[in-house]
Amino acid sequence: MINKKVSSVSEALQGVSSGMTFMLGGFGLCGIPENSITELVKLGLTNLTCISNNAGVDDFGLGLLLQNHQVKKMISSYVGENDEFERQMLSGELEVELTPQGTLAEKCRAAQAGFPAFYTPAGYGTEVAEGKETREFNGKMYVLEEAFKADYSFVKAWKGDEAGNLIFKGTARNFNPCMCGAATITVAEVEELVPVGELDPNQIHIPGIFVQRIFQGEKYEKRIEQRTVRPKL
Amino acid sequence: MLDKNGIAKRIAKEVKDGYYVNLGIGIPTLVANFVREDIEVEFQSENGVLGMGPFPFEGEEDADIINAGKQTITTLPGASFFDSATSFSMIRGKHVDLTILGAMEVAENGDIANWKIPGKMVKGMGGAMDLVASAENIIVAMMHTNKRGESKLLKKCSLPLTGVGCVTKIVTNLAVLQIKDDGFHLLERAPGVSVEDIQAATEGTLVVNGEIPEMEI
Repeated sequence: MINKKVSSVSEALQGVSSGMTFMLGGFGLCGIPENSITELVKLGLTNLTCISNNAGVDDFGLGLLLQNHQVKKMISSYVGENDEFERQMLSGELEVELTPQGTLAEKCRAAQAGFPAFYTPAGYGTEVAEGKETREFNGKMYVLEEAFKADYSFVKAWKGDEAGNLIFKGTARNFNPCMCGAATITVAEVEELVPVGELDPNQIHIPGIFVQRIFQGEKYEKRIEQRTVRPKL
Repeated sequence: MLDKNGIAKRIAKEVKDGYYVNLGIGIPTLVANFVREDIEVEFQSENGVLGMGPFPFEGEEDADIINAGKQTITTLPGASFFDSATSFSMIRGKHVDLTILGAMEVAENGDIANWKIPGKMVKGMGGAMDLVASAENIIVAMMHTNKRGESKLLKKCSLPLTGVGCVTKIVTNLAVLQIKDDGFHLLERAPGVSVEDIQAATEGTLVVNGEIPEMEI
């Protein structure tokens, strides 16, 4: 077993510095690497480029990095629900590259899988395709999109073992598996870190080879963005 | 004239047995409430779930189980979770049978605009560009006119596009329309709405062939 376990979030984040490009898993506030984000805020790095489907809310998730003016550029598919984000974007402080959600996921997976680029139909004929190579296959037009290049991926899983194997839960899976192994270093935080042998190899979603460092998060708030319920009968 | 629930109810009739369906935010979300109970349909949410069920009972919500609108949901027997790349493989790979989404504008050639208004805060396209570029069966659910009373069915979209030549069917508060080579073909009228009313609210080319029936809802 190659041991990927580190004892703390600060050890997990060793080597991060200002100006780097980070991938961060999550959809809305679901499945975000809460502990890594808190540590990034604490470290006070600046000029960061963040690849993440969303940008958090004002006081949670990636919104915390934005409040702290640590982010230079966001690459996302949807960035509503965040007033500070809006203010920085409109004032020109923050650069934003909006990317179709499926393209965003595939740009991560391409990086993970060693593809430099791929063709997708998404965005053809729109401003997203401006300046990009297009090509026809079987009578349909496609846009060439390049794989992401990032320094660190911060992902969150439900369970993991010391070998870095990961299991996700529910829709907290989202972008997390696509970002594993898609950056130079992948840092996985988990709710429960177990010794090797405890996870059934048949149930592993992401093999440890895609993960360099793993730690158990100190606590998880798991904030719900839109609590929708029906009354009990 | 239909209200939002009426539009959703009419669209629900387009959902067939055995369909995998992706519902957008807004009116499309309401469609799930009106699908016949004697057919088997699975709802996909692009954040990574197939087999979505109703909202959870109070106290049973799980932060790890949400839909693309970030609402807490439940799953039905046979449901599955998957990552975002797999989710869009289902969409791009045409495994999803029907996509229902909202729009700000639709043009008579099938172009759709639903993500950006110049000069206003741009929130992003989310999965809309992937959905419209890939699906062969797209139904747009929207009001026929905007808040200023201007037609949303145009000769040409004025807003930045989400996709080109992709919309096939539109259900509005006034009508059901099919896009063909020569424009918006009027298929059905909403209850109490005349062909003239629809013509007056449609800026694009409206094709009216013969008697147009009233919708059955």
